[in-house]
Amino acid sequence: MIEVTGLTKRFGSKVAVDDLSFSVKKGEVLGFLGPNGAGKSTTMRMVTGFLPVTSGEITICDLSVITNPEAAKKKIGYLPESAPLYNDMTVQGFLKFCASMRSLGGAARQTAVDHAIETCFLENVARQSIGTLSKGYRHRTCLAQALLHDPEVLVLDEPTDGLDPNQKLEVRKLIKNLGKEKAILFSTHILEEVTAACTRAVIVDQGTIVADGTPEKLAAEGGGSLYDLFHKVTTSETNAA
Amino acid sequence: MNTWTIFKRELTSYFTQPTAYAIVVIFGFLSTLLAFTIGNFWQIDDASLYGSFFPYHSLLMMILVPAVSMRQWSDEHSSGTIELLGTWPINIRSAILGKYFASAVVWALALLLTCPIVFAVNWLGDPDNWTIFSGYLGSFLVCCTFIAITTLVSAFTRDQVVALIVSVAICCVLTIVGLEQVINEVRRTGPDAKHAVDVMTQLGVFSHLREASMGLIRFTSLFYFLGLITTCLIGTNLVLKSQRS
Repeated sequence: MIEVTGLTKRFGSKVAVDDLSFSVKKGEVLGFLGPNGAGKSTTMRMVTGFLPVTSGEITICDLSVITNPEAAKKKIGYLPESAPLYNDMTVQGFLKFCASMRSLGGAARQTAVDHAIETCFLENVARQSIGTLSKGYRHRTCLAQALLHDPEVLVLDEPTDGLDPNQKLEVRKLIKNLGKEKAILFSTHILEEVTAACTRAVIVDQGTIVADGTPEKLAAEGGGSLYDLFHKVTTSETNAA
Repeated sequence: MNTWTIFKRELTSYFTQPTAYAIVVIFGFLSTLLAFTIGNFWQIDDASLYGSFFPYHSLLMMILVPAVSMRQWSDEHSSGTIELLGTWPINIRSAILGKYFASAVVWALALLLTCPIVFAVNWLGDPDNWTIFSGYLGSFLVCCTFIAITTLVSAFTRDQVVALIVSVAICCVLTIVGLEQVINEVRRTGPDAKHAVDVMTQLGVFSHLREASMGLIRFTSLFYFLGLITTCLIGTNLVLKSQRS
């Protein structure tokens, strides 16, 4: 469902993503790991069609994000890293607006909004202004907009960031459940999430993939610990400097 | 369809915050105040509003229009919602147009609510209402031009204050360069200034607004306003696209 081949992104002379290739199939949850500045968010922004690629190819459900972006974007639900929202709207108003932007109308729109509110546990704040929400609720509201149109592919950039431990657990369960029917690409800094929610993981460092496999296989490569492997294959900021 | 959805969201946003109300009230109050003070409404004794009311619109708009529209794109950049817009299956052009038309409607309302002065001149005299309508159309075109300029400037920056300052500066130049007092000063420098005077007259919004308030909307004026608006909106599209590459 997600096919990335030879993906490269340069900002001037800086290479943010360097010849990256991976794929995510239906029923697969791919954890995208890496230190800060490894190129995770840049990759996700290219996969969702927000950033143009320097070279390489990305297809979503056999639709090219580069040559046929509008059709490919219809297949994707995206949660950006900072969970951006319109603060002057209510949660329900925002979700209705997002549904309209996804060409949902009438009863279908209302059903999609109600379902997303229920899935992301937003019932208590549905009529509240987004500007007054806590970070956890803001994140879940943004996650809800990604689920509205029941996309075949989900791209989630740090979906549990800012959530309390209970909410993190719920979101991990949700990702695992959604992953049975969809292809999910999600980035995280929290290594426990990989074993809790992912069927496969890749570790990215300085724009290239340095490890790829199931959580068990990666842990075995690290001598029984994913932490050790992560530490071994990635460049720490002090080393990079 | 997406233009309409974004237009509705933006328009609602103006009216769920104090912005639109403040602008409508401030513009209505100041435009009337200027007409009765430096516009010499009573002394001119002219019901057409040509000399007393419309000339001051561009002076108010060059500051108030950027104040309303400065957030159009800078807010999307600073809040990160540009990333949502950029990943939805829409063309960014529809977002530009939706936002632009919402601002234009707020200003159409602000102009509409200055209508008491039209009722007053109709009560006091016998003006040609088509000339007054033409003046309003000229004012609205000035508004739309300043909105388009602010839209373009706001696409460059995530800082609303920077967007405001730069937009006001550009709108001030376009207004002041065409003012009669400025043109006369340049004309006094000698016969060689004729070419400069012609350029300044055509470049500034003032001469086009003055003609419109006399009931004369020339093709060149329409070309001037629509040309500037189209250029700025196309420029906004290019800026937003280039920022992502």
